[in-house]
Amino acid sequence: MNAPAPFALLAELTHRCPLACPYCSNPLELDRKSDELAIEDWVRVFNEAAELGILQLHLSGGEPAVRHDLAELVTAAREAGLYSNLITSGIGLNEARLGELAAAGLDHLQLSIQDTEPENADRIAGLVGAHRRKRVFAGQVRAAGLPLTVNVVLHRSNIARLGAMVEEAIALGARRIELAHAQYYGWGERNRAALMPDREAALAARDEVAELRARHADAITIDYVPPDYFARYPKPCMNGWGRQSLNVTPSGLVLPCHAAQTIPGLEFWNVREHGLAEIWRASPAFEAFRGTEWMREPCRSCERRDIDHGGCRCQALALSGDARNTDPVCSLSPHHGLVEEIAAAGRKDRYVMRGRPAR
Amino acid sequence: MITGDSTPRLAPGVRLQPDRVRGGFNLLSPEHVLRLNASSAAILQLCDGQRSLGEIVDHLAGQFAAEREQLANDVTALIETLQARRLVET
Repeated sequence: MNAPAPFALLAELTHRCPLACPYCSNPLELDRKSDELAIEDWVRVFNEAAELGILQLHLSGGEPAVRHDLAELVTAAREAGLYSNLITSGIGLNEARLGELAAAGLDHLQLSIQDTEPENADRIAGLVGAHRRKRVFAGQVRAAGLPLTVNVVLHRSNIARLGAMVEEAIALGARRIELAHAQYYGWGERNRAALMPDREAALAARDEVAELRARHADAITIDYVPPDYFARYPKPCMNGWGRQSLNVTPSGLVLPCHAAQTIPGLEFWNVREHGLAEIWRASPAFEAFRGTEWMREPCRSCERRDIDHGGCRCQALALSGDARNTDPVCSLSPHHGLVEEIAAAGRKDRYVMRGRPAR
Repeated sequence: MITGDSTPRLAPGVRLQPDRVRGGFNLLSPEHVLRLNASSAAILQLCDGQRSLGEIVDHLAGQFAAEREQLANDVTALIETLQARRLVET
């Protein structure tokens, strides 16, 4: 299959993290510190990424700041010509390190907050005092001259505070806020009953976002990711498998998306053994769901097949047992009843917190 | 309101960069890539926060065989569009 040049690379520098959010996008089995790629590997990957056509580099984790060589990684990204975006909890970075990152050429910083109610924010993060520290940190980001986006994962215990989240982001000096509903893979799937909002709350959130956009248009841009369980059609996951972006895990596996390792039988290649371009163009995992040939009905003959790309492969697997099926979120899926059952099922309040990687 | 005295510049966190693989220029911002046509790229390369819009138009008029009034309209329209998308500030 002919693969177009990708635009974005998500570099998961580590799975280590001071937080333990119950919707963490890292896999249930976390990479250990001793398996993490060395800086030389990452520098090579960044250069190969730029040669492949990648423009944007998201430095993520875990918490990327636990890597002491973060500023060197930013320097390498800059030298490769990549636009660098640091996705951080803010915990573990101080003024001095922020100054180093800014001097190294970091383009943008994205700070997560868990809620606007400090007590609940800390409960979600699994770290007492985290929210207070994030507020201080945001001021340091602005002082370092770095453009700031705030992101909040939305779920049933914070969805009532959308307006406060936008106001807090403005007060923190952000020009952009991402409000994204929790996704139900890995840790999020384990915690689905504690995370999923009720249908009424999910629909009300969509309307509220429209109002907030109009009210704060001069102050901030709001990017919103709706909860797909209440939608008619599935999300165009990753804008199509192997079409625009790729993830590199802390130990060097290259994935078409965060959760791809949940799909049995996929063969992922490692940057320790293959060049990034070769992996993008020819590795079996990337070839598995490119284009439309792999599709079954109702996707195969659907007029939306190049819009939705069949939805999400990982969700199709998690809910229907087969990654080739139509994403059951789609109202046309023969498995859609499962989604309606889950959306109508009882909810919980307690989380299974994300674990910690071994050393 | 944009006038001939406005001094447009890229917004913080926005980078104008040639594309080594696809050719042309891109305007890079958090989570977004805007592919630019040649005329937009030529205009944005002059938006350094120092030159006024009038000076940018003069510069382009010397560079391209186009009427000054038409150029002024094109430059203003581009700056307005990108300002609304928070990619340019004046």
